[in-house]
Amino acid sequence: MTIIEQLITSFIASAAFVIIFNGPKRSLFHCGLVGMVGWILYFLLETNGVDMVLATVIAAFSIAIASQYFAKKYKTPVIIYSVAGIIPLVPGGISYNAMRNFVQNDYNLAINLAAKAFMISGSIAIGLVFSEVINQIIRKSKLKTIVNKSQ
Amino acid sequence: MEMEKQETYDIMAVCLLAGKIMLQSGAETYRVEDTMMRIAASFGAKQSHPYVTPTGILFSVEGNEPTKTKLIRIIERTTDLEKVANVNGISRKISAGEYTIEEAYKELKKISESGSPYSLWVHVLAAAISSGCFLIMFQGNWGDFFPAFVTGGLGFLSLLYFHQLVPIKFFSEFSASLLIGLQALFFVSIGIGGELDKIIIGSVMPLVPGLLITNAVRDLMAGHLISGLAKGADAFLTAFAIGAGIAVTFSLL
Repeated sequence: MTIIEQLITSFIASAAFVIIFNGPKRSLFHCGLVGMVGWILYFLLETNGVDMVLATVIAAFSIAIASQYFAKKYKTPVIIYSVAGIIPLVPGGISYNAMRNFVQNDYNLAINLAAKAFMISGSIAIGLVFSEVINQIIRKSKLKTIVNKSQ
Repeated sequence: MEMEKQETYDIMAVCLLAGKIMLQSGAETYRVEDTMMRIAASFGAKQSHPYVTPTGILFSVEGNEPTKTKLIRIIERTTDLEKVANVNGISRKISAGEYTIEEAYKELKKISESGSPYSLWVHVLAAAISSGCFLIMFQGNWGDFFPAFVTGGLGFLSLLYFHQLVPIKFFSEFSASLLIGLQALFFVSIGIGGELDKIIIGSVMPLVPGLLITNAVRDLMAGHLISGLAKGADAFLTAFAIGAGIAVTFSLL
């Protein structure tokens, strides 16, 4: 039940975000899909005891792969899809709690949470970059096979 | 000679317009530079050097005549992914040789003058719905869906309104998040909402600088250090404004 609930809400939330960012209407559905896949991966990993940072890396990585697939298929910039997918992963809740503890003078806990938020932002970046690297390796190896065939 | 000179300037005008639209609409720096170079190359200017920062574009074209350089300032930046996609499409058509310089310029002008594909109320509704959905995604109760829906929608509307009133980003983000905090507090105190934290987190999500963070990291990794740092600073400022607005609400608790 929770899974279905999460699937539906993450799909709608990601698609709604694309509307806020004035994304093209024809890609709304695909953006929703990308966001849904990323969030469900993160959610399942996190609820099954995987560390938050690792879960974020894996989710961001799969979001980037899915975005690149759609970008290539529909010849649109990759950013339209990846933004929709990344938004749910942004550590809004943790940074919020960090801020709250800062204001309530609990600096130890606040610094703890802020560091965690920073780690998660970094892991989103790592996930994105990893997939970019793999994409380029694939492109290069494809290029090589084409060159080899033509020789 | 004179003809050639004029043509180089025309090519530069097309490239700069394309770059300007993309940069103003929130494209990554490397994409802007890449698009400008591609357009220039397909119109016959083989050597071109775009230098793109979030606040301005420098563009120079080398040729047989002395090198020509132009600079344009970018003052206003919004997020309009449809324009990015449209300019991208035009650049593909230019590369395929489907447009002359004049046609390309006309098409780009059309894009730059076109408005948002969604009306204001669709935006607000989308913000409201996504706030409600984020509440559920962060393990909130369905009972809190309605307060988050209203708070998120009104918060986003107030962001747009304040930004129109005083075009300083920090101020409008601060006021919007302050309003979100106050509304959430109001809903919880009259007993409609349950968890204050969850409602605030969900409603604040439409203001979170997710696009900026993603772009900043991508730019940094692609070696555009200045753009990356500038966008990172922009994102940090936005996050700080939101945090400060919420912090004021807590001091009322």
